[in-house]
Amino acid sequence: MIESDVFCQALQDIGFDFFTGVPDVLLAGVIETLIERRLYTPAVREDEAVAVAAGAFMAGKVPAVLMANAGVGNSLNTLASLNLLYRQPCLLIIAWRGFDGKDAPEHLVMGRTVTQVLETVRIPHRTLSEQTAPDDFRWVAQTFMKERIPVALLLKSGVVRGIQP
Amino acid sequence: MQSRARAIQAVLDLVSDQPVIICNGFASREAFKVKDRPENFYMTGSMGMAAAIGLGVALHKPQKKVVVLDGDGNVLMGLGTMATVGALKPKNFIHVVLDNEAYGSGGNQPSYSRVVKLDQVAKAAGYVNVERVREREDLVYEFKDMLGKDGPSLLLVKITEQVEDVPWVPLPPAQIAERFRKAIT
Ligand SMILES: Cc1ncc(C[n+]2csc(CCOP(=O)(O)OP(=O)(O)O)c2C)c(N)n1
Ligand SMILES: [Mg+2]
Repeated sequence: MIESDVFCQALQDIGFDFFTGVPDVLLAGVIETLIERRLYTPAVREDEAVAVAAGAFMAGKVPAVLMANAGVGNSLNTLASLNLLYRQPCLLIIAWRGFDGKDAPEHLVMGRTVTQVLETVRIPHRTLSEQTAPDDFRWVAQTFMKERIPVALLLKSGVVRGIQP
Repeated sequence: MQSRARAIQAVLDLVSDQPVIICNGFASREAFKVKDRPENFYMTGSMGMAAAIGLGVALHKPQKKVVVLDGDGNVLMGLGTMATVGALKPKNFIHVVLDNEAYGSGGNQPSYSRVVKLDQVAKAAGYVNVERVREREDLVYEFKDMLGKDGPSLLLVKITEQVEDVPWVPLPPAQIAERFRKAIT
């Protein structure tokens, strides 16, 4: 299991210096660490969060947005018509609720389809694991600025500490 | 009362190097025609998100006043952002709502701003200065005042339903963003 502060530090080392989003219980440890480090500004919706991230990027920040996969649905139009269209990169840190069909019923449809939704709008994604973490972070750093579009890192339950449902 | 284009003109004549984020629909198209400038961000999609984009800029450019030119339908769609602005209280945030009580760019259907007072919503959310104006001279007076003081501020401008004959913003979106980013650094 990756510790929350190790996870946050890895992102800070890449250059991420502004975090916003809407909580999911899987992200509670990460958000707690980000709040301690005074790096987190809460949003009320995920579309708002990705739009704030676009504004922050144009103002010189390197933004990341935390959300549950339900938030991919909430933010899809803004991702498509703002972040992708205007080439405003941000890292989407997505709690993959409903992975493998094992979760509360409301997560099952998005849990089954989230990667396909991302692929349909051409948002590159990768699923974090402890074994591949250094590689995953390197992939984030490279893809993010090269493509100048949002990229997504999916977090399953139990991969980062403090995020058991 | 004045048209949306006249109200946009009044605001753009009063700013110097301040970033201005303009909501989707005719507002962006008219702003481009009235006074294109690199510090204008023309939002063409993401309805409801102009204030959120402006907030992201304002949080990281505290030395610049950031102006959002919004529409009533846009504000209603992204209403939650009024809470975020009211809670975070960026001093440099000026929210101008061009209120024709209609989805002007969607075929002019009535919006709920006819009955829901968006200035009162802003006040309840925690905006520091809130004004409602109809006439151009009042718009000029209040906007100048807001440029000079700490916000967040909201200026509700009642406008007519008149629409200019304007094309789509002819700039590629990625170019709008890159030009804006460079202009505000
Ligand atoms: C998510 C979404 N829904 C609907 C539309 C269609 N649409 C574009 S502009 C607009 C109306 C905007 O209304 P308002 O903010 O009041 O601006 P106005 O046109 O009245 O100046 C609508 C409904 C859209 N672009 N995006
Ligand atoms: Mg309107």
